[in-house]
Amino acid sequence: MHETNPRSLSAIFQRFHIDLPLLLALIALCCISLAVIYSAGGQNIDLVERQVARIGLSFVVLLVFAQISPDTFKRLTIPVFIVGLALLVAVLLVGVVGKGAQRWLDLGVVRVQPSELMKLAAPMMLAWFCARQPLPVRWTTVFIGLFLVLVPTLLIARQPDLGTALLVFSSGIFVLFLAGMSWRLIIMGLLALGAFLPVAWFFLLHGYQRQRVLTFINPESDPLGAGYHIIQSKIAIGSGGLEGKGWLQGTQSQLEFLPERHTDFIFSVFSEEFGLIGVIALLFIYGFIIYRGLLIAIRAQHVFSKLLAGSITMTVFIYALVNIGMVSGLLPVVGVPLPLISYGGTSMVTIMAGFGILMAIGTHRRLTLRDEPGR
Amino acid sequence: MKPKRRPTIHDHTIEANLFARRAIACMVVAAAVFLVLLTNLYHLQVTGFQEFQTRSNSNRITVLPVAPNRGLIYDRNGEILAENVPVYSIEIVPEEVDDLDDTLHRLATLLELDETAVESFRSQLRRARRFPQIPFADNISEQQVARFSLHQHHFPGVSVEARLQRHYPFGELFTHVVGYVGRINRQDIERLRANDEYGRYAATRTIGKLGVERYYESILHGRPGYQTVEVNSRGRVVRTLDFTPPVPGQDIYLEVDIEVQKIAMQQLQGRRGAIVVMDSDTGGLLAMYSNPSYDANLFVHGISVQDYQALLQDPNNPLINRASQGRYPPASTIKPHMSLLGLESGLIDINTRVWDPGYYQLPGVERRFRNWRSWGHGWVDMKKAIQVSNNTYFYKLAHELGIDRIHDFMAELGFGQSTGIDIHEENAALLPSRGWKRATLNEPWYTGETLSVGIGQSFWTVTPLQLATSTNTIVTKGRRLQPRFLRAVRHGEEIEYQEPFELPPLQLRSNDYFTAVMDGMERVISRVDGTAHAAFLNAPYRAAGKTGTAQVISRAEAERTPEYEIVDGQQVPIEVDERLRDNATYIGYAPADDPQITVAIAIENVGGGGRNAAPIARRIFDFYFDYQREVELVTLPLERDHARD
Repeated sequence: MHETNPRSLSAIFQRFHIDLPLLLALIALCCISLAVIYSAGGQNIDLVERQVARIGLSFVVLLVFAQISPDTFKRLTIPVFIVGLALLVAVLLVGVVGKGAQRWLDLGVVRVQPSELMKLAAPMMLAWFCARQPLPVRWTTVFIGLFLVLVPTLLIARQPDLGTALLVFSSGIFVLFLAGMSWRLIIMGLLALGAFLPVAWFFLLHGYQRQRVLTFINPESDPLGAGYHIIQSKIAIGSGGLEGKGWLQGTQSQLEFLPERHTDFIFSVFSEEFGLIGVIALLFIYGFIIYRGLLIAIRAQHVFSKLLAGSITMTVFIYALVNIGMVSGLLPVVGVPLPLISYGGTSMVTIMAGFGILMAIGTHRRLTLRDEPGR
Repeated sequence: MKPKRRPTIHDHTIEANLFARRAIACMVVAAAVFLVLLTNLYHLQVTGFQEFQTRSNSNRITVLPVAPNRGLIYDRNGEILAENVPVYSIEIVPEEVDDLDDTLHRLATLLELDETAVESFRSQLRRARRFPQIPFADNISEQQVARFSLHQHHFPGVSVEARLQRHYPFGELFTHVVGYVGRINRQDIERLRANDEYGRYAATRTIGKLGVERYYESILHGRPGYQTVEVNSRGRVVRTLDFTPPVPGQDIYLEVDIEVQKIAMQQLQGRRGAIVVMDSDTGGLLAMYSNPSYDANLFVHGISVQDYQALLQDPNNPLINRASQGRYPPASTIKPHMSLLGLESGLIDINTRVWDPGYYQLPGVERRFRNWRSWGHGWVDMKKAIQVSNNTYFYKLAHELGIDRIHDFMAELGFGQSTGIDIHEENAALLPSRGWKRATLNEPWYTGETLSVGIGQSFWTVTPLQLATSTNTIVTKGRRLQPRFLRAVRHGEEIEYQEPFELPPLQLRSNDYFTAVMDGMERVISRVDGTAHAAFLNAPYRAAGKTGTAQVISRAEAERTPEYEIVDGQQVPIEVDERLRDNATYIGYAPADDPQITVAIAIENVGGGGRNAAPIARRIFDFYFDYQREVELVTLPLERDHARD
């Protein structure tokens, strides 16, 4: 009806609870993803087609979640968290082993990965818990909150899936931080962590685990073994230079020197082919998404919505940080994909569901304002 | 902060402000962290760019050597003696094969090969490797190639390779001359490394192992080329970036003439022996054949254990090059040389006469040194002594010369040492001396032994090649030409002929001494009672020579051996072991007035040299002069008839 009018166009997006800037940023990432996967997968169009299907499914999930009112999420928090915990316990008891870890639950028709559900259920639970009392949170709330998040974290770490455990834990920590956890507690926590590291090094870590950390500190000490991946990844990134070798021209990836090219190490492929300029552009898009997400959180009406939106946004930040830090040699190798770029289905659906919740929080608020009588 | 009293109801403004502050803190942290990430990436992509670019290139770029084509070998008329032919082989990269046992088994079935192929592959697998791929089946037929190609996808890590392989079209005819190439083994690698030549063999699989192929390896091999290629992480070549072509080895022409060589081979059929035919003027070897021989092609792609055992255990020793490694007593063929020494020493002149009663006796010693004709030759002078091969004359001469003078002069003629021929398979044989006997047998030298040496017996052994070379010194009046196979080397379109290799000439007090000795050698043929007269009846050219008959066992021993034994009361002739029969030797040249070719012949266990070796020389001369006439009519250009590859 009013297609040509930008105001009515934005009204249409408003009608469908879509945050347009966020959507555009997400679409940009998905386009980059397809281009890099095509290159990293050895120009295998099948791989791209499968990723297109996943992106399509993820956007459907996003749209569906965006239609749900934040109040509904709040109401569903406790059942979802309990179901999530139950599924995690079930995985440890009767889960299916895949790729050396027990992450999957075979429901006959589909296989589900309960840890993915927990990526959303844990911040919801903590947001719900913190929102029960006025902010800032008291230390008792902080400790109960820590307990609430540690239970699923440890269950996931037992699978073992350290990457997801880290993400679930950090999502909880961000809720507590945003809920006003006192700086004194934060500093004490950081000091305790600092004190714990040497203890862990000497008393808790096994020899091979210590070796893994040493390899991370100096990958050249084991260039053909554990250090191989990170060395090849750094070579890929470094040899990309300022402008990159060009799309489909990255020798490290095309000639298969890089491991896990289209999944965990896709950032190296991107850096090799598009150079530092491409990297800055990519980080800008991530930065914009984080900015937009936190803006939605600040503008949100209810504490639960604010905390959940902030936590979801910062989890995406942690994803990007851990992945990029890992492939560029700043952080140890932990299996975390680059959000929305890496090939792979499950985590993409979860991330898009998170953005769906973010959009729901951002748009439903305005809708209620507009529906106020006397406007 | 006032922690005591906290409101229990939500204050939206306080909560919103608190949250906003915390959210902005998050933004700041995120921005700071991204800045750290970017700093690190800048460090990698800008500061470290050069280093990582180099490492990325060294990852993907590999330089592969490309083997040069080996130079071809021709005879003097351009007949090809060693060529390169394309062959197919099945090769396996073991690291790329999942189930090696299964693959080998299926391959053997597909190609209809027996288990020895599998076993040979396994033994190669255990050895140190120079190339990632190991040949499984060499020289497979086109049908086998076709059959494999059809099923190639079932065999990851297995491929068909086409390569040039050495081939010797004349099989056993030139084995002792041209030799052969074989797979480079550990000793070859060590030797190449020691000479700092290993880099030139980076892509080469075979190396000259014998004969001319070995001696002229550095000319024939060439220099490898290089291919700069891009490889993937598994080492597979993706594309070629740069190519420096190899420099092929140079073609060489040998002095040998295939037609003469064929005659030599034909003459030795069924016998053990060797023939050397030399160009009198240059020392070039027109033919050198040792019988029995064997097919050189057996060794090119690795001889099988059975074949090699058969060659090693053959009682006729085909692996020995009898022409340059066979040690024979020279017998009477040495008499011209002794005569030359006699003249040079002044102990005799051409008129000196000796009375031969059929034997020679040392003063005050009972033992008689016999002439071969027991009733003697009567009065003999030097030429007559050569002509009828009189022993008594040379017993006396040797006695008067003494072993020391004999040894020193014969050493100057090249006995007891390498002739300098351009193959490595040579034996110095043995020129005895006082010092040698003391050192090896710890015994003094006896005068009786000097007498035996005077007629080419006792400890003295020579190779047919030494006989030919020393005889050629006589017929060229003192030129000491080294025997040579290499005639010319091709440099692109230019053919560079080799100069003869010559030691300082043998200087005698008078050149007439040579003429006198050569006169004696011509009488061997021209006079009715010359020992090779019958062999050269009606020859259309003037030939000269000297026969020799070497006893394999001493005459005394032979006389002690009874010719009959009594079996069941009956006389049964004892079959004289074939290997106890005399060796026949012959030296000769022709034409007598202007020598063109010099020959030396040694044939084992056939009897006298006059009857058994001289006729062979006759046939070689006949053929050569006939053929020379034909050749002169149609001058053969020294051109390649065969294109390379």
